[in-house]
Amino acid sequence: MRRRLSIVLTLLTVMMLGVIVTGLSFGEPGAAPMDDYFIENSQSESGANNVVTAVLFDYRGLDTLGEAAVLFTAALGTTLIFRRRRDD
Amino acid sequence: MQMSRIVRTTADIAFPFILVYGFYIIIHGHLTPGGGFQGGAILASAMLLLLLAYRYHESIRHVRKTMMKTLESGGLLLFAFTALSAMALGAGYFYNWLSPGGVLFGDIVEVGSALANLNTAGLIPIMNLAVGIEVVGAVSVILLALLSGIKEKI
Amino acid sequence: MLTQLPYLAVVLIAGIGIATILLKKNLIKMIMGLGVLTGSANLFLVTLGYRDGGIAPIYTSAPEGVMVLSTVQAMTVTNIVIGFATTALLLAFAIMLYRKYGSVETGDIRRLRE
Repeated sequence: MRRRLSIVLTLLTVMMLGVIVTGLSFGEPGAAPMDDYFIENSQSESGANNVVTAVLFDYRGLDTLGEAAVLFTAALGTTLIFRRRRDD
Repeated sequence: MQMSRIVRTTADIAFPFILVYGFYIIIHGHLTPGGGFQGGAILASAMLLLLLAYRYHESIRHVRKTMMKTLESGGLLLFAFTALSAMALGAGYFYNWLSPGGVLFGDIVEVGSALANLNTAGLIPIMNLAVGIEVVGAVSVILLALLSGIKEKI
Repeated sequence: MLTQLPYLAVVLIAGIGIATILLKKNLIKMIMGLGVLTGSANLFLVTLGYRDGGIAPIYTSAPEGVMVLSTVQAMTVTNIVIGFATTALLLAFAIMLYRKYGSVETGDIRRLRE
């Protein structure tokens, strides 16, 4: 019963995603002005040849700070799970 | 568990080359594909090579947990304070104040297809280095913790 | 229809991931399904930013041509790191459960709890 419900749920999700995806066009992004600005001005504004790095560390730096914090928290949590307990 | 002598020798030989390649990826993050996260992952894979080739007690002599924790915290602090240093000059958080004509990494790049010049991009190489240090520390801490969780059972 | 092929691949991979998470009883396999789902999200982001005949957005001795969108690629890097963090934490929980119950099958764990 549960197995059949899981299969139906998976098929429904896949169909929903498929309906959403057919509205998108491949090869011609719908909203590009922000990226065009980054590509045109990243060399003159941040001096980096690699536009992805310029976006990652300059334009959207706070994003990267949060990402580094997530990695730090994951390491902290993993260490806490395997800490040496005093009672055993 | 300890691997055979062939695996251990190969790991010893390959280890410095992987380290150099990881540092190359980190330092050239603003010029070629790559950056702090990718290079840090490569460096952490070198640590994983040592951890897999040797016994747990031998390998934690080379890859120390306190050192990795220090690298992790130090990298994150360096990243945050590099971003914060712009506020001391009256600009916004994450402002790239070294980029046009700074003392370090301050060369002006020509717009368009350019040759690689390592001395550009202001704060970005410093942040790449900080993130690389943080990633190698964090991934090594996670690997060491998972490995210590396994070895008590076996 | 054929031009939508990358998006259909995204949907297929996401379906495989969701089916793995829902149908498998082994915790390690469920974590693998989550990894597949993360991969489908990455593929979707990169596909979303592709331009016809575009080159990678890097100016170091770049050839002539339009460049693909760069923000989605930066978000892909973020997504990969967060997926790694999630996988590491889930594997740590799986090891902890194995220590407590001696198994990573969800059925065994539920029966032992009652």
